Amino acid sequence: MAIETAYIQEKMQQKFADKVSNFEMQNDIFSFEVTSDSVREVILFLKEEEDTNFHFLTDLCGVHYPDNEESRQFCVVYHLHNWVENTRIRVKTYLNGTQPEVATISDVFLSSNWMERETYDFYGIKFIGHPQLKRILNMDEMVSFPLRKEFPMEDNGRTDKDDRFFGRTANC
Amino acid sequence: MSELLLPPEHRYAKIIDEKRNEDGSEYSILNLGPTHPATHGIFQNILLMDGERIIEAEPTIGYIHRAFEKIAENRPFYQITPLTDRMNYCSSPINNMAWWMTVEKLLNIEVPKRAQYLRVIVMELARIADHIICNSILGVDTGAYTGFLYVFQFREKIYEIYEEICGARLTTNMGRIGGFEREWSDEAFRKLNVFLEEFPVAWKEFENLFERNRIFIDRTVNVGAISPEKAMAYGFTGPNLRATGVDYDVRIAKPYSSYEDFDFKVPVGKSGDTYDRFCVRNAEVWESLSIIRQALAKLPEGPYHADVPEYYLPPKEDVYTTMESLIYHFKIVMGEVPVPVAEIYHPVEGGNGELGFYLITDGSRTPYRLHFRRPCFIYYQAYPEMIKGSLLSDAIIILSSLNVIAGELDA
Repeated sequence: MAIETAYIQEKMQQKFADKVSNFEMQNDIFSFEVTSDSVREVILFLKEEEDTNFHFLTDLCGVHYPDNEESRQFCVVYHLHNWVENTRIRVKTYLNGTQPEVATISDVFLSSNWMERETYDFYGIKFIGHPQLKRILNMDEMVSFPLRKEFPMEDNGRTDKDDRFFGRTANC
Repeated sequence: MSELLLPPEHRYAKIIDEKRNEDGSEYSILNLGPTHPATHGIFQNILLMDGERIIEAEPTIGYIHRAFEKIAENRPFYQITPLTDRMNYCSSPINNMAWWMTVEKLLNIEVPKRAQYLRVIVMELARIADHIICNSILGVDTGAYTGFLYVFQFREKIYEIYEEICGARLTTNMGRIGGFEREWSDEAFRKLNVFLEEFPVAWKEFENLFERNRIFIDRTVNVGAISPEKAMAYGFTGPNLRATGVDYDVRIAKPYSSYEDFDFKVPVGKSGDTYDRFCVRNAEVWESLSIIRQALAKLPEGPYHADVPEYYLPPKEDVYTTMESLIYHFKIVMGEVPVPVAEIYHPVEGGNGELGFYLITDGSRTPYRLHFRRPCFIYYQAYPEMIKGSLLSDAIIILSSLNVIAGELDA
């Protein structure tokens, strides 16, 4: 049993029109994109609507695309799951590179509270309306956002790990 | 007291003052952890207490955060397995296999039946090891040291089996893309058979010591109960969720590595309290044993790894004698293997719940982004609510019955 992806697509397009786009099957999970201003409504809709009923938030995480255009440099990925029909869905939203902000869903799914804090901690993405948006795994005094691509993993001064010797450029 | 421990602007300081003015009650603050022997890991909770009762708790996590997600973005696939070991280090083979299966899903590699069955065996052994630790430590925390000593030697026996399979014990780094690094030795199967004979006796004895034990029941029944709705809202998965009566199990919902070939039950509890979590884990151990027996009985002949020379390291003797193998060896070790552009999410049933790997690749030698869905991290946020109103000594056993593993929590 599974919910037809075409049905989900039709339903979402009917309700949210041009706010949703890029419907595609990525490997075994159906995914689509939402504009950042309507993420909350879309997720609430997917959860509350009886025939979609995505009642479980599996995962929430951020991704950084520094090479994209300004308005699409950050991405927040939500994985939702309907246990009854055993269907998973992936919702993505792209955010502005200089001021990444998106509405919180911590009141829709209690479990997203820490996951949003983690995303804020590593990417600096602000979740508007989050009850306690502060760092969670890193220390409070930290000023940078370590999972952004520009954050170097190792000390730049090291000379013993030169990637040029292996015919490639460093990728961090 | 509060002035010494907390800055005056802390919300606890305010609550204490208000309460004192309101009815003269003396709330106090207790700092539990980060390195308290009873928490079995590095967890800090600042508790606001009324005498022996907990009013509020504020957890601080991240003490052993090692930036695995950042490191993984800079490592080829082979070098990421040792990172996964160190998440849930009580059942590292599950993490290893989950990672290999994610990569195989990405590369569309079909793993031979024999390798799949062997993986099932080792994953179930890991689950048993995980549950042995959780349940016997729960016993220790309630004051029953004997049970722990009875069953803990069998964790050692499991580690000896790992040792026969891959050479390592705790952080196993087991397997390869497409299967195992070598065929399991006869000694490994012999040790496994001895384990299957001796362990059930000890586990039965362990169960008898606890399940109808008056003291244990008094300590655990109705302690740290959580409703199924709340548990789902907090993102519970695994034994902690099943203790509330929800029968969600990734092995059933989306079978991987041939789990569909085996006949097993998903034990569920009813009230979601500490006692139910204990019983669900106990019952799961029996199911795991049954799965291992079935897999051994049906174990097919055939290769122990997929035929994928581009990703699977060639035998060492060939590397020194044939050109092809030398090239592949070099390319694989340096991570110069073809990688498609894709997005993969692969869940498995870990010791504590749904362990997921969300992998984004851009065609380069390293993942573009790798996110670990760590069950502990997600359900530990319910802890402050679960211990609200309970005694301090109950907070300790609720923590051990949730089986929060610091390595997985902090990644």
